[in-house]
Amino acid sequence: MDELKQVFLQESFEQLDALESLLLELENRPDDETTLNGIFRAAHTIKGAAGMVECTAVESFAHVVENVLDRLRNHEIAVSTKLAALMLGCTDHLRVLVANEAGVAQMAGEEIEAQGARLLIQLGEYGPGGQVFASPKTVESGVERIPQSSSAQNCWHISVRFGREVLRQGMDPENFLRFLGTLGDIRHLETLADAIPAAAEMDPEVCYLGFEITLESSADKQAIEDIFAFVRDECRLAILPPNSKVADYLDLIRNLPEDSLRLGEILVRVGALTADELAEGLRTQAVPADEPEPEARQIGEILVAQQVVQPELVVAAVAKQAQVSEKKAQDAKLIRVPADKLDHLINLVGELVIAGAATSLLAHTRRDGELIEASSLLTRLVEEIRDASLQLRTVQIGETFNRFHRLVRDACKDLGKDVQLVINGGETELDKSIVEKIGDPLMHLVRNSLDHGIEAPAVREAAGKAPQGTLFLNAFHDAGNIVIEVGDDGAGLNRNKILAKAIERGLVDAEAHLSDREVFDLIFAPGLSTADQVTNLSGRGVGMDVVRRNLQALRGTINVDSQSGQGTRLTLRLPLTLAIIDGFLVVSGNRSYVIPLDAVVECIERPESEHERNYFNLRGQVLPAVCLREIFNLPGERPARESVVVVQYAGQRAGIVVDRLAGELQAVIKPLGAIFRHLQGIGGSTILGSGEVALILDISALIKISGQLEQRLIARPELRNA
Amino acid sequence: MSAIRRAFTEDFTIYRAAELKLALLAVIQEGEHIELDLSGVEHMDSAGCQLLIFAKREAGAAGKTLAIVAHSRAVQSLIEFYNLAAWFGDPLVVPAA
Repeated sequence: MDELKQVFLQESFEQLDALESLLLELENRPDDETTLNGIFRAAHTIKGAAGMVECTAVESFAHVVENVLDRLRNHEIAVSTKLAALMLGCTDHLRVLVANEAGVAQMAGEEIEAQGARLLIQLGEYGPGGQVFASPKTVESGVERIPQSSSAQNCWHISVRFGREVLRQGMDPENFLRFLGTLGDIRHLETLADAIPAAAEMDPEVCYLGFEITLESSADKQAIEDIFAFVRDECRLAILPPNSKVADYLDLIRNLPEDSLRLGEILVRVGALTADELAEGLRTQAVPADEPEPEARQIGEILVAQQVVQPELVVAAVAKQAQVSEKKAQDAKLIRVPADKLDHLINLVGELVIAGAATSLLAHTRRDGELIEASSLLTRLVEEIRDASLQLRTVQIGETFNRFHRLVRDACKDLGKDVQLVINGGETELDKSIVEKIGDPLMHLVRNSLDHGIEAPAVREAAGKAPQGTLFLNAFHDAGNIVIEVGDDGAGLNRNKILAKAIERGLVDAEAHLSDREVFDLIFAPGLSTADQVTNLSGRGVGMDVVRRNLQALRGTINVDSQSGQGTRLTLRLPLTLAIIDGFLVVSGNRSYVIPLDAVVECIERPESEHERNYFNLRGQVLPAVCLREIFNLPGERPARESVVVVQYAGQRAGIVVDRLAGELQAVIKPLGAIFRHLQGIGGSTILGSGEVALILDISALIKISGQLEQRLIARPELRNA
Repeated sequence: MSAIRRAFTEDFTIYRAAELKLALLAVIQEGEHIELDLSGVEHMDSAGCQLLIFAKREAGAAGKTLAIVAHSRAVQSLIEFYNLAAWFGDPLVVPAA
């Protein structure tokens, strides 16, 4: 597929997304002009782009949609729920058509056609008669012509009045004229704005501009005409070859809408005529200014004469135009970069970090002051490069969130519920690879909330709540993690039902005393699908256990919080990036371990007297302590003075007891193989500057382990002394 | 003699043309000598340029003066390309950077 088409597909999908969200907005605020204009523009851009790459199916359908939108914009028809729904249907159809162009459509050809025909019939209701079905003119593509070189002084005179609609169609006269400049040297250019009407009639989106240009170029007439091929049909164009007769210029003056005298002056100024030639010519060939009929006829003749020349498209002009309108559409300074290039860059930065660490280690062992200084500067720069390149991959989560507007709307229609979606923190940024993987789990959670969480309006009213339910999506940063919350003000989880189901399935002991949190955590257990069993409503997609597994694959966690009758909140915690972290290096039993620096709160010393305890006292606060030696069964003698690294995760604190602290480092995360998947407490590995492998501790798992140990001891106190 | 200076920072493009027209007309209403500061205008297209021509002409028709006292690079570039610098008659200052 050629590049232009690739760009078209990508842009179209973006525009369709924009169109969809605007349509949803329109439903809420049917009178909003800005939204309406935005919708029109999006549809228009899609049509224009489709025409450019000759996707006629997309172009003609978008044209019909645009016609209806135009009537909407001109208040000829009113916004209604039915129309909005139809427009959403059309958006979907356009998406299918575009996907079809890309060869990834999920529907068969006939099916697409049938869908299109159905929509066209519905759209017909909103069109004036059959006009809405009129397809746009197809632009004939032509052959590139090699400009013939000609000699001598080649000053062409070009007189152009742009059509009124060119600006609206996204074609800026400036671009044509700048492009004209590539054919030769624009010796003189006069802008004519006489056509701008008085304030009341002046439509700022209509183009009133005209230009008189002297172009020195060795190109032929065809080449010059081809520049204007895109607006050929709307604009009035006259091209006089070099060394034209005075009479030809006078004819031109007569045929142009502006005042003859003024035009004459301009021609003198641009150097096409001398003052004497003009005076002479006007005297002999004077035509009364107020004789519209012959003038109109002559213009017609000229146009006919001009039509004789077949408009041919210069491929280069098309490409140029495409670029220009692309830029316009983007309206921002963005560069598209393939994701794999970025990944490659991040990999390289990762290697750079390791190499930098090796250099700095070497510098320190040599005790060479200058080398140490140089390497510390290097380290700082590498850190900056690391942050900057990771930043390249971050995107705002808002886009992912906004997709749910449509989901909520459609689900409400299906389920007969009234739900408002509230989004907070859409500007929170996180790694693109995470965003891509978080979409499906989020979708499942949102659907769950809609299906099972939020009650029908009648039920809500009976419970004394507002009939409209609220579903909220929040995102924010917290200690090197991103936190995403999916919550609702629905019925909440039914603790007893979940517990009963879990006991029935043999997941928990009937005698067990479980906290609320433990009970709610059961919804993530495989085999206990919340969809069917708990609320007796059928769900679709993956189960909650799959959601949790997906999150764990991203080194993330999920927690559930629920208040009966008041709602449920699911909290997802994810690392900001998958590639590189700031770490804190510790040593236990001569092995190196890395603790993510974001989790470290402080470090304290631990006296020998406390060695046997699995808790410690931090300024009056009792915290659990996890000894790496014990957990990982490390060999060797315990040192006399151990250190405790106080870590915090998701609001919980704990101490990690280590032999020695070894300072900060940047850790490039290398994932562990599948064999180590069930290893608890280890999140990954990294390579130190010395070439040694260090394991990265999984703080959340360690905190959990410490809690479990404690609970086991509480349940069976006889173990404590064993 | 009432001079009024107004700075525009939004883009002078087709997308904002409608609101700009109203804004320009409003400014013309307000004073006798209108000074436009366009140093913050990042983009300008033909629709924007056309609006400036329109504004200057409207001001002239009402017996007022309209001058552009500061040009951004984009504004200056387009005005020069369209050979309108003399018509506007405003001094174009070449920016230092």
